[in-house]
Amino acid sequence: MLEIKGLRAGIETKEILKGIDLVVPDGEVHAIMGPNGSGKSTLSYVLSGREGYEVTAGEATFDGQDLLSIEPEARAALGLFLAFQYPVELPGVNNAVFLRTALNAQRRSRGEPELDAVQFLKLARAEVKRLSMADDMLKRNVNVGFSGGEKKRNEVLQMAILRPKLAILDETDSGLDIDALKIVADGVNALRGPNFSALVITHYQRLLDHIVPDRVHVLSAGRIVRSGGPELAHQLEAEGYASVSEAA
Amino acid sequence: MSASAFLSRFDAARAVLPGDASLREAAAGVLRARGLPGPREEAWRYTRLRPLSEADYAMPVPGREVSLPASVAALDAPRLVFVDGTYRADLSVPPSKAVLRTGVPAMGPLARPESERLVALNTMLAADGAELSVAAGVDAGTVVLVSLGGEGVAFHPRHAVHLARGAKLTLIEICAGEGRYLHNPVTSITVEAGAILTHLRLQDEGIEAIHLSTIYADVAEGGTYDSFALTIGARLARMEVHARLGGTAAMAHLNAAQLLGGVQHADFTTVVTHDAPATQSRQTVKNVLTGRSHGVFQGKIEVSRIAQKTDGYQMNQALLLSPDAEINCKPQLEIYADDVKCSHGATVGALDADQYFYLRSRGVPAAEARAILVRAFLAEALDPIAHEAGRALLENAVAGWWERHPA
Repeated sequence: MLEIKGLRAGIETKEILKGIDLVVPDGEVHAIMGPNGSGKSTLSYVLSGREGYEVTAGEATFDGQDLLSIEPEARAALGLFLAFQYPVELPGVNNAVFLRTALNAQRRSRGEPELDAVQFLKLARAEVKRLSMADDMLKRNVNVGFSGGEKKRNEVLQMAILRPKLAILDETDSGLDIDALKIVADGVNALRGPNFSALVITHYQRLLDHIVPDRVHVLSAGRIVRSGGPELAHQLEAEGYASVSEAA
Repeated sequence: MSASAFLSRFDAARAVLPGDASLREAAAGVLRARGLPGPREEAWRYTRLRPLSEADYAMPVPGREVSLPASVAALDAPRLVFVDGTYRADLSVPPSKAVLRTGVPAMGPLARPESERLVALNTMLAADGAELSVAAGVDAGTVVLVSLGGEGVAFHPRHAVHLARGAKLTLIEICAGEGRYLHNPVTSITVEAGAILTHLRLQDEGIEAIHLSTIYADVAEGGTYDSFALTIGARLARMEVHARLGGTAAMAHLNAAQLLGGVQHADFTTVVTHDAPATQSRQTVKNVLTGRSHGVFQGKIEVSRIAQKTDGYQMNQALLLSPDAEINCKPQLEIYADDVKCSHGATVGALDADQYFYLRSRGVPAAEARAILVRAFLAEALDPIAHEAGRALLENAVAGWWERHPA
C-alpha cells in the first residue's frame, strides 16, 4: 500500500507539490488527472527517486517502508515501477540484456535466485508475444530507433517482466494511437490483482476507458483538489479542469 | 632517470649488447645532444615525463620466475613471452605458420631515432625482441606477444613484424607486470600489398609502471593495418603510432580506448600519413576517466600531394566520471592534396543523468548502471573487433576495470 502524507517537494527553490495526501491500497488502480504544470510528473519522479527534486516536508511509504530516503534501485526492488512519459534511449545497450540485468538485480536484492539467459529469454519472448510486439524488440538497443508507440510498449514489456507491486504510469497514453493504447491498457489490466496497484497519471480520460480506475484524483497547482470514482474522469472530460477545481 | 643516466647505463653495457653497434652509437648521439623530450616541445605539451626522470632503474636480471596471466592461456594460441624485455623460450609457444627470430633486437626498417627520442633510447639499449614474418599468401592465424615487467627495471624491447604480399595475421599484444618499471618497446610493422594485420593491444602494466611505446607501420597497396589498443594500466603511459599508407587503397584503423583512474596519465598519439591515392584511415578513440586521471589524444593526419581521394576520419570522445579528471585532445590535419575527405571531431561529457536514472529506476544498482553505460560508450570501439577471443580478452579487461576503480 502506498501512503503519501503532506508531501511537499520542488526543484531548487520552486515548490511544485504543495502538500499531497494520497493512499493507494493494494489491488487498486488510482488515476491522477490534472492540467499541465499541476505537478503530475513531479509526483512520479519524487516517488521513484529522480535526482534534482527536493522534498521539503511530508512522507511517502510503501508497505510501511519509507520511500524517500532510499535509492531508486532500492525502491524498484521493493516493487515500485515508473513507466516513463519519455522512455530513455540507451545506445549500445541490448534490450534483452538490459531487462535481464534489471530483473536479476531485483531478484538478487530480494534474495531470489537469478534467471539464466535461457530461462529469461523464454519469459521475455512470451511477454513480447502477448504484447503484440515485433520479435526483434529484444535484440535491439533499448528504445533506440523505436517509434513513440514502440517505446511505450517497451515500458509495458518491462513492467510485465519485472512484475511490480506498484506501477506509476506517467502519461503512458501520450503519443499512442488507439490500437497501441489498447495493447498498453491490456498489458496493465493483465497485471491487475490483489497484489498489484497502479497510479495512472494522465491528462485525458481516454486511457481510463481502457484501464478503469477505482479512484480518480484531480491534481491542481500541487494539491489534490478533488477525489471521486471513475465518473469524475468523465465529468472532467465534459466540463474541464477549471470547473472541477473551482468546485473544490 | 635523465638521458645522461641512461647514457651511463649504455656505457656500462655497450660491450654486451647484441646487434648493430653503429645504430646504437648514433642513437646515443641523439640523446646526448637533445636529451629526453620535455614539456616545451609541442608533441609533449600534455605529457610530462617527470615520473621517468624521478625514477631509478636497474638493468634486468634474466631468468626470474614468473607466472603467466590467466588471460594468456585462455587465448589458446602461439605465444611469445618476454620477461623484463628478454625472450623466454621456456614460457613461449612459437607459431608454426610464421617465422620467428629472437635473441637480438629486431631493428626493422622504419624507426626514426633521430626524431623520436624515446626510440633513440630504445635503439641505444634494446637487448632483445621478436622478429615475426609471415610469408606471401599465408594466413598465420593468431600470435600472442606478452610482456611481463618486474620491480625496479627498465627494458626496451625492439620488435618487427613483416607480412608479405597477401599474408594475414592477428597479433594480440598483452603488456602486464608488477612494481615500478619502465617498458619502452618499439615495433616496426610492414604490411605488403593486400596483406592484413589485425593488432589488438592490451596495456595492463602495473599501476606504478611507465609504458612508453612507439609503433611504426607501413602499409602497401590494398593492405590493412587494423589496430585497437586498450589502455588500463601504468602510472604514466604514452602509445605513439606512426602509420604510413604508402600504396593505393591502403587502410589503417588506429582505434583505442583509455580507461583511467586514480592519478594515471595516458596519452595516445598518432600520426597517419596518407602517401598514396584512395587511402583510408579511421581513428575512434574513447576515454573513460575517473579520479584525478588525465587522458590525452593527439591525432595528426597528413595528406601528401599525390594522395588524392584520401578518406580520413578521426573521433575522440571522453566520458569524465569525476570532476577532477582531465582530457586533452589535439587533432591536426595537414592536407596538401585537393580532392580529399577528412573529418575529425571531439566530445567531452559526463554520464547521462537520464540514462543513469532510467537504469536505476529498473532496479539496477548504481555501480552496475555506471558500468553498463560505460560499456555502451565503448561499444562503437569494441563491437567491431571481429576476433572473438581477442574481443573477449578486452571485454574482460574493461569489466575488471571497475574492480580497480569503484566509482
